[in-house]
Parts: sequence; C-alpha cells; structure tokens
Amino acid sequence: MTDSKYFTTTKKGEIFELKAELNSDKKEKKKEAVKKVIASMTVGKDVSALFPDVVNCMQTDNLELKKLVYLYLMNYAKSQPDMAIMAVNTFVKDCEDPNPLIRALAVRTMGCIRVDKITEYLCEPLRKCLKDEDPYVRKTAAVCVAKLHDINAQLVEDQGFLDTLKDLISDSNPMVVANAVAALSEIAESHPSSNLLDLNPQSINKLLTALNECTEWGQIFILDCLANYMPKDDREAQSICERVTPRLSHANSAVVLSAVKVLMKFMEMLSKDLDYYGTLLKKLAPPLVTLLSAEPELQYVALRNINLIVQKRPEILKHEMKVFFVKYNDPIYVKLEKLDIMIRLASQANIAQVLAELKEYATEVDVDFVRKAVRAIGRCAIKVEQSAERCVSTLLDLIQTKVNYVVQEAIVVIKDIFRKYPNKYESVIATLCENLDSLDEPEARAAMIWIVGEYAERIDNADELLESFLEGFHDESTQVQLQLLTAIVKLFLKKPTETQELVQQVLSLATQDSDNPDLRDRGYIYWRLLSTDPVAAKEVVLAEKPLISEETDLIEPTLLDELICYIGTLASVYHKPPSAFVEGSRGIVHKSLPPRTGSSESAESPDAAPSGAPPSEQPAVIPTQGDLLGDLLNLDLGPPVSGPPVATSSVQMGAVDLLGGGLDSLLRSDVGGSPAMGGTGFTAPSAVMPANLGPPPSGGLGDLFDLAGGVGTLSGSHVAPKTVWLPAMKAKGLEISGTFSRQVGAISMDLLLTNKALQVMSDFAIQFNRNSFGLAPAAPLQIHAPLAPNQTVEISLPLNTVGSVMKMDPLNNLQVAVKNNIDVFYFSTLYPLHILFVEDGKMERQMFLATWKDIPNENEAQFQIKDCPLSADAVSSKLQGSNIFTVAKRNVEGQDMLYQSLKLTNGIWVLAELRIQPGSPSFTLSLKCRAPEVSHYVYQAYETILKN
Amino acid sequence: MIHSLFLINSSGDIFLEKHWKSVVSRSVCDYFFEAQERATEAENVPPVIPTPHHYLLNVYRHKIFFVAVIQTEVPPLFVIEFLHRVVDTFQDYFGVCSEVVIKDNVVVVYEVLEEMLDNGFPLATESNILKELIKPPTILRTVVNTITGSTNVGDQLPTGQLSVVPWRRTGVKYTNNEAYFDVIEEIDAIIDKSGSTITAEIQGVIDACVKLTGMPDLTLSFMNPRLLDDVSFHPCVRFKRWESERILSFIPPDGNFRLLSYHVSAQNLVAIPVYVKHNISFRDSSSLGRFEITVGPKQTMGKTVEGVMVTSQMPKGVLNMSLTPSQGMHTFDPVTKLLSWDVGKINPQKLPNLKGTMSLQAGTSKPDENPTINLQFKIQQLAISGLKVNRLDMYGEKYKPFKGIKYMTKAGKFQVRT
Repeated sequence: MTDSKYFTTTKKGEIFELKAELNSDKKEKKKEAVKKVIASMTVGKDVSALFPDVVNCMQTDNLELKKLVYLYLMNYAKSQPDMAIMAVNTFVKDCEDPNPLIRALAVRTMGCIRVDKITEYLCEPLRKCLKDEDPYVRKTAAVCVAKLHDINAQLVEDQGFLDTLKDLISDSNPMVVANAVAALSEIAESHPSSNLLDLNPQSINKLLTALNECTEWGQIFILDCLANYMPKDDREAQSICERVTPRLSHANSAVVLSAVKVLMKFMEMLSKDLDYYGTLLKKLAPPLVTLLSAEPELQYVALRNINLIVQKRPEILKHEMKVFFVKYNDPIYVKLEKLDIMIRLASQANIAQVLAELKEYATEVDVDFVRKAVRAIGRCAIKVEQSAERCVSTLLDLIQTKVNYVVQEAIVVIKDIFRKYPNKYESVIATLCENLDSLDEPEARAAMIWIVGEYAERIDNADELLESFLEGFHDESTQVQLQLLTAIVKLFLKKPTETQELVQQVLSLATQDSDNPDLRDRGYIYWRLLSTDPVAAKEVVLAEKPLISEETDLIEPTLLDELICYIGTLASVYHKPPSAFVEGSRGIVHKSLPPRTGSSESAESPDAAPSGAPPSEQPAVIPTQGDLLGDLLNLDLGPPVSGPPVATSSVQMGAVDLLGGGLDSLLRSDVGGSPAMGGTGFTAPSAVMPANLGPPPSGGLGDLFDLAGGVGTLSGSHVAPKTVWLPAMKAKGLEISGTFSRQVGAISMDLLLTNKALQVMSDFAIQFNRNSFGLAPAAPLQIHAPLAPNQTVEISLPLNTVGSVMKMDPLNNLQVAVKNNIDVFYFSTLYPLHILFVEDGKMERQMFLATWKDIPNENEAQFQIKDCPLSADAVSSKLQGSNIFTVAKRNVEGQDMLYQSLKLTNGIWVLAELRIQPGSPSFTLSLKCRAPEVSHYVYQAYETILKN
Repeated sequence: MIHSLFLINSSGDIFLEKHWKSVVSRSVCDYFFEAQERATEAENVPPVIPTPHHYLLNVYRHKIFFVAVIQTEVPPLFVIEFLHRVVDTFQDYFGVCSEVVIKDNVVVVYEVLEEMLDNGFPLATESNILKELIKPPTILRTVVNTITGSTNVGDQLPTGQLSVVPWRRTGVKYTNNEAYFDVIEEIDAIIDKSGSTITAEIQGVIDACVKLTGMPDLTLSFMNPRLLDDVSFHPCVRFKRWESERILSFIPPDGNFRLLSYHVSAQNLVAIPVYVKHNISFRDSSSLGRFEITVGPKQTMGKTVEGVMVTSQMPKGVLNMSLTPSQGMHTFDPVTKLLSWDVGKINPQKLPNLKGTMSLQAGTSKPDENPTINLQFKIQQLAISGLKVNRLDMYGEKYKPFKGIKYMTKAGKFQVRT
C-alpha cells in the first residue's frame, strides 16, 4: 500500500469527506486523514478550509501526527491568523516537554508560523530554548531567532535576542556555533550597518576551532563568515590560511569553494616572497581541478568562479589547461565556460594544443558552440602574438569548409586580427572575397566591407565589390550601412578617379534617402569634408587606427577584486557585485581585498607603497624585442626622418583631435603655448609653436612674468644624470645612454652614443612609438660622421609633442627604435613627467580656488615625500625651476602650505597642495587633477626635483 | 537560504512543492519552463536562472528537475550540493528516485524534507540520522504500523546528531562484523583521430560498506599513497594523520559511504586500456558511406576488458546503417541517429569488429561534423592508476572483522574522435 491512495477522491467531494475523517474518534483514521490533507497540500491543492479540523488533531502523544499537523500549520497559518492562535498553547506547553526533540520541534515550528500575534507568545519560550541545556534545542533556537527577525526585526532587537545569539558564537558545541553564525549572517544581510558579526581574534579562534568539528553545512557558514574578517597583519592571515587549507580536501564542493574564497582573499596580504605563499598557490590548483569532475551543475558554478580566479592569479592553473578541454557531451553551458577559460589560459607554451582543440570544436554540431570556438581562435591570435600566423591559417582552413556560419564568424575575427597586426596577413584577402556572397549576417557583412574599404588599394575590384553591396543598401542593417558608407569614402580617397560616381551615390543614399540620423550625420560630415578640404578628409578618414588591445573582455580590476571577495556566491556566477542584482540588499557594503601589509617594513616590497623611484622601475618596462616588433615594424626608419608636418594648420589639428579624441582622454595641445596665455586660464588651440625651432621668441617674456611674481627662477628644469638605456650587449655593440631635459620651453633628449663594436657605425636614425603625450623627434638624428669603434658622440635631439597619441602603461613609457647600418634596435625608457610641465603653468588664485573645488574629491591623490630637509621657500624656488608654480602660500597651525599649479603640454592642469612641517623632513603632497592617472607621475617628478 | 523546492517531471508538471519559509507561488516556475524551452534538451537547462524576485537553481536527475528557489545571496554550490543530497536521500530511502516512487511515498518525502532543512538551513542531511528520525518504509513496517498503530517517526533524539562523530549512531550491533572497500577508478579521456591521447585523467573513489559493532576505529594504509595528491575525504577521516603519515584513520559511519574520492590529473601518465581503430568515410555526392570500427586491448595489465559498449552520435545526414558485428548486438536509431554496439568481452585473439555501409541523404554534401565515439568498459581486479591498499587495521573493539578490498576500473567519459 502506498501513499498514492491519498490522492484518490470520491464523488462526494474531497473536502467534505476529509472533514468527517478528521473528526473521527479513531486515532488511526485521523492520522490517515491528516496524511491525505498533507498529500493534497504537496501538490498545491488548497486545503485551507480544513484548518480548524486539522488543528484539533494537534493535542496528541503521537509524534508523527503532531509533526504532520505542524507541517499543515506552517503552510496555512498565515491565511487563518485567528485560528492559528488556537495552537499557541500547545506550543508553549511543548517547549517545556522533557524530550529535547519535542522542545526543539515546538520552537522550530513556532518560528515558521508567520503570524504577528503568535510571535508575541514566542518570545518567552524562545528565550528559554536559547539557554536550554541540550545543544540540539539551542541550535534550533538560534535559527529561530533568524526566522523571528524576518517577521519582526524590531521585536528581536527589543528582546535582546541578538546579543544572546552573539553569545552563542562562543558555545561549547560546534553545531550551535555554526547555526549562530548562519543566523547572524542572514540577519546581517538585511542590516548591513549593524555590525552584528563583529569579529576579533578571539572569536575568529573560536570559529576556527568549531570549523573542524561541525557539519559540512556549518563549515560553509563559518568559512563565509571568516571571509569577511580583516586580519590585522600578514602573520594572522597566514595562520588563518593554515587552518583553513584542510577544508580544500572536503568532499562537499561548497565547502571547498568557500575555503578557496578565504584563501584567495587572505593571500592578498601575504608577501609574494614568502615560501608559504608559493605553497598555498600549489595547494589551490588540485581542488579546483577536482571540482571539474563533479556533476555538470557544480562544474558550471565552479567554472564561473575559476574564470575569476584565473584572471586574478593566472599562475594557479597555468599548467592545467587540459582539464578545460571540452567533452562532446558536456552540457552547452559547461562547454562555453570551458572555452572562455581556455582562452584566458592560452599562452605561447600551450597555444599549439589549444588551437588543435579549437579547430576540433569548430566541426561540432552545436552552432552556438562552434561560433564561439571560431571567435576563440581569433582571440588567441590577438592574445598570443606568436600564434597569430597559425591562427590565421587555421581560420583559412575553416573558411574552406564553406560551412556558412563558420565562414561568417571567421571573417569577423579576421577583421580583428587585421586591426591588431596591420600589414601582415593581407594576403588572405583574396580568399575572403571569394566568400562574399555567402555572408548573410550583418556583423559578417560589416566586417567584410570594412576589410574591403581598409585595403581598397590592394583589391583590384574593390569598387565592384562595394557596388554590389550598394544595390540593396536600404535593406541592410544600420551597422552594414554605416560601414558601407565609410568604406566607399575610403575607397574614393584612395582611388579618386574611378570612384567618384560611387561615392556620390552612397552619400546621397545616406543623406537623402535614409531616415537614420546616425547614417545621415555621418554622410553629411563626409560630404562636407570631401568638398571643403580633401586633404583634411584624408587625414580624418584614413588616419592610422590605434591597435586593438589584447583582451577586451577582462573584468575591470577593481570589480575583479570585489568579486574575488564573493567567490562561491551568486555574484561570482553573474560576475556582478551583489549590489547590482540582489533584491533587498539594502545598501550592501562593498567588500574589498585587504591591502598587502607585510609586517616587515613595507618599503621592502616594491608594490607596497608608491615610493618606487623611476630608476628602480625602469628595468620592468623594457619590453622584449618581440613585444615591440609588431608595434614598430611599420615605422619608417629611412634616414630622412619624416616627422609629422611641423607647421600644420591649427584648424586641421583641431579636426584631427576632434575625431581622434576618442582614443584618449588626454586632450592634446601644443608645446609652449603663447606666453600671453600664461596664468590666464585653460589652453586654447591657438598658434602652434614648432618646438624644434628652439625656444619661442617670447619665452623670455614668460620668464619675466614670473620674475615679477617675486620668485627667483632657474634657467631650466631639473635634468637627471644620464643612464644606460640600451646596453651594448643588446644592440650589437651600440650603447645608448641618455636623459631628458627641458630648457625654456624646448624639450630635448640628450643622448650619448658609444660604439663598442669593432666596426664603424653610420646611418643613424631614430623613431618613437606612439606614446601618451605625443612625444616625437622634432628633427632627424644628426650624426654626420660615422661613429668609429670606441668613439662616443653626444647629441641633443629636440622633441616636440605633436606626434600621435596612444596611452601607454606606465603613462610615461616611451618606446624607441634606433637604426644604424647594422640593425634596428628597440628599447624603452621612462621620461620624467616634468619635462612636460609648460612655462605658462601658473594659475591665477581665483581660478585655482574654483578649479580645486570643481575637481571631484575622488580625483585627489595623496603622497608622502620623505627625507627632504628644505624650507618652504627653497622648495618653492626649486620647483619653479621645473615649471611648478606656487600660487599661494599659507601658514596653518605652524605648517607651511604651498598651493601650486602646473600644466602639461597637452593642456592638463594639475593642482597641488604641499604641506611642510617645519623641522620634519617629510612633506605631504595632495594632487588634484581631472585626469587622475597622471597624479602618480607628477608625484614622481616632485620627488625627483626636490631630491636633486 | 533555500526558500522552496519544486519537483518537476520531464513533461513539465510540478508534482511536489515544499516551502521552508513563506509560500512562494508556483508561478515562479514559469521562468524555469521558459529556460527549459530555450534549452531544447533537458541536460542543457542552465543551472542558475534569474527571475525578477528569486533565483532558481536546478539539477536534473533521474528525469526529474529539482528546482530550488532562493531569494537572497546564497552560495549556489551550497544549494546544488543540497539538492544532490536530496536525490541521494530519496534513493537511499526508496531504492530508486522516480516520480512514481516519490508520489507513492509523498508523506514520507515531505517529512524527510522537513527534517533536512529548517528555515532553509540544513538540519539533518546524513542518511544515518534521517533514518532514525523518519524510518524508511518497508513492507513489513507498513503492515506492522497498520496493525499496531505505531508510527514511522522516531521519538528519540538521534544519537549522532550532536556527537563529535555525527555520522555514526551509537549502540550498533552486528553478528557478522564486516568491512568491505571498493576501489573504483574511472578513466576520462579524449583520444584524437590518430589514436594519441589528448587528455586523460582518473577519477577514483573508495566506497565502503562497513557493518561493525560498537565504535571501531579503522586505519587504512596504501602501498603507494604518493598517487593520492588530490583527494576529498568523508568528514570522518582525520586530516592531520593523513597530512603527516599518509594513513587514513577514521571512525566509519554505519553502512555504505564514500570514504574518499581522488583525482589523478592529466599531468601524470595515464594508461589507456583499449584502443579503437576506425574508418568512417563520407564521400561527396555519394549516397553510400563506409563504416568500420575495431576495438582492441592496449594496456590492460593482463586483465580482461569486459562490458564494452560503443555508442556514437551519427551526423544528421546518415539515413540508415547496415552493419555486421563480429560479436555482440548493435542498433541504430534512424530518428536520433544514435548508433550503439554492445560488444561484451574483448578477446585479444579475435578482436571485435563492426563493419558495413551507411546510406546518406542523396544529393547533399558530406556532413560537416565527424561523429565522436563514446566508449564504456570495465576491468575487474585492476586499479589502473596502480593504487593498492596495504592493510586495514581496527582498534577500539575486540572482535575480528571480515575484511575485503575489491578493485575495478571503468570508462568514465571516454571519447574517441574520428
């Protein structure tokens, strides 16, 4: 006989029949009737009409019947609050029962009856149960506090239950501790500010002890709670880590992931030189790999988290690529996640394997997966430069399969590869063009059109190809229309004679026949440009594009750090902070990773404080030759250096800036703007002063202005001693050392070239890669006589700042290529930012005040300048020499405050407040700037100037 | 924490709902049904589904969707692990976990679920404890209960509930004291076209069946514990002892349990016990394709490979297959395009072979994808990683138990690409 009999009904009407049975005298019949009621309830039938009859069965010695009635009560009490009161007496009585099971059951059930009136009666029994001698009752009561809080938070606070709950964290029984932690965590979630889980080393110790002894679920609660703790130093962090690591071997994957969270978070505080740090890294890999052999749902959650972990600490899983290989019968959601992680782990060492796999996936059945696999090949090409060629040939193989969606995806990614490695793989264009007709998705069509437009000069029938697209112009999606417009304009600029008709046709289609505002506007802009100034049009439309960055889908670092704190939670599955999606999270407190402290002097670890002086960082930014190769290969290194046109009209410059401005937030201006502007305000794109013509004629006037200000001025900025930039070993005997200087408005690079080889060197030329401030040589490298072995030549290369701009990291990184008759050599160096401080960087007081207020506070950065025993006036004059101007000086409570301003060549103003404590050699420097990324480099400049 | 649970069968009926906090309307499942529709196949339903006010986490087991509803930020793995535990418990209680059985035992199911969670917090998930609280239904007990009016709800606090060994009840008595351990290893592997291994790893477990009187304290040692560098233990295993001496020391739960699972990673060399030779060719614009596969033993350490089963999902363009096996049975389902061949034992002298032709849809070009061959097999008395138990000792009790260790190697996800 099975329970399915409870579902059978008779014709009379179920409820009527049940009612009769519930009121029967026979115990057995009653129980059967209650079971029928419960059975109906489980399938969602409404049996609330039986409420009084069921509650009448509550007074019984039969535990099963009692439990069944309780089950019913919990479900329906809310709909019948008045009737539910009838049950209260029984609950109160049961809370006194000698059997702990009954006491616990009563307090547990009472908490589930979500009726306000009942909660009042619940307080006394609950208080008693929280102090019950039996731990089973206590642990049940702990959870009951959380239930009650959910119904009536005020009541819980008034009755002091929260304090009792906090006391339970020190309970002798680990299960009670775990439940108390769980209850407090749940309450804390709705009360972010209440500081309920106020953790201190003592309570942490108790939690860690309980961790070893409680159930797996309790371990999860405790670990999640531990993760919120902020250890006071790295020793404490390490000792917690040591006690948490054994949890990595737990069979329950949720325990494992919570332990991973604690370790990932506290690891942040450990110094990387520590042996233990390395041990911990090694210990993290196996449990993560093991999670991937679990059921697919667990794998999915694990993979989403691993995705975060490999972004934060790629070293953990770098050797485990193979476990992410896709099995053909993995569920699709697992496949896609694995693919994503494979690309993140791809490196030169394993790229061959990865590509072979990806190619295999591209022949699978599932279309979504195949598409993503093809995209992945493109991403590999962009990420691992050495593999680019192989990726392109793999993509070509795939195009040969002629599978429609594979071809389309391949074309989309090849477009990206062209953007990353210009002028390298254009030989494949012919193959791409063969597939023109099969493209039916907008993205693929747009990509193909972009390719045709971009390389129009190499495609013989580019005009025919584009014309064929033009026929159905109005049926295309906007994306394709916009691309087609641009491509045809590009074509026209490249082959003006043959395509005049075509361009007119597309312009009229875009401007007259289309009602899409974007399309129309772009059409008009092109039209105006072409008709007023074709040269400018060329500059705009055919401008060199910035290379696309390696990985566009990386999670932004601050968000990543926050998400690391949420490993194992829903936030980690969605890769969004909980504040972005969890309902009812009233003002969730943002979590952040602990800062790395290190109990030893913080100065020892280079990334502890931003005190790393430029020279010590220098080796780190010198890229390998391979890295630079791609960027600099297309630089023209012919002896007559074709620098940017010196006297470009300001109008044209403005136009370029306007359109190219998107690539950088840094607005460009020009070197040494007219001194009349000095101190009057922000930059105006007026006359361009070609820097290589020496100091601007009116430069002296600027100096006079400053003299009138009453502060003495030095003849030029601080110049650092020359350092070796390119050692002879790396450059076949050519040694280059150098420094940067700024003399009255002119920047120059002072070089010392030494020939340490045995042969004569000649035909020198120099070229810069694009950089943050557009630094470029203003004249060719003038070395007239060949450089004999062991001979040294000193040369000063004038620089200007009208070169092309690309944001570098670090900001002041400059990549240089030097050519001689032997070879081309690459090196990179950091230039001190003060060579970019212009002479008219003094701001008016009023302006200073207004600007200071105007810049938001989050843009303020504070730095310490140590060991600088100078007086305020000495500081002021020293800084003025490098174009940092003191706007005002005040004395507040014995401290000298200097308010200073400076302006960069690209028009960025930086405002500074320098606090000097007489007698103390440390200054506090606060910088405010609309482009806060420069602050750190300005600070470095301060430090360099003041200490020399 | 976990708010509610819905059990949904494959035709989309909600046949059980349980709420641990306030009642959540079953209309929330509509979001699940939407996701299910999009996924086309039951296995592909995403495990986490967001809705405007709730999150639905689901697992699909035994043709039933177990859908948990949560409202606040709860670790999803916690929920999924719990759902797995629910499935395991049902299986433990009723032998199988199916819609019919759950419906037949709906009251017990409900009582058990109520004991497993309190306000969404796990309460009792060890089946030892649950069985003391709610006795599993047996025919005998049902009869006795009907006659005597007694219940199948225990009225004593389960002894294990709060002890330091919550997984074991006290006062266990057996007339025959026995402890059996099964070392079972599954090989997950991907083999490429040419027969070389792309990736291979071993997932191993040691399952135990321990029926010992009293509070026995066991130690299990291995000949080569070095192999076990990535392990997950049952909570009963003393971790410190393992760290320092590489010995498993534990007070076992009563009955069946998984003592340990381990993972031998892809970085170690994994022996591959079988190989598959295949020749599957489609020709353009021909309506016939050739198909031949041969299965043979490779590194079997002298043991017999048995229970061999070959399955393969053929491309859509394959209309039918006419094949002759040298042994065993084969079927091809022209609707699902699933080929399966039950090979049985591999006789190294006469290798099993399946050969014939495929009829393809006329006039279409050859299929884009190559079929992958899925292999199942078993090898008795062999742990392919080489893991060997050294000895098992018992302390704390005076009697002499029967002891036994069995080894077995199976194919896990073993795939051969063609």
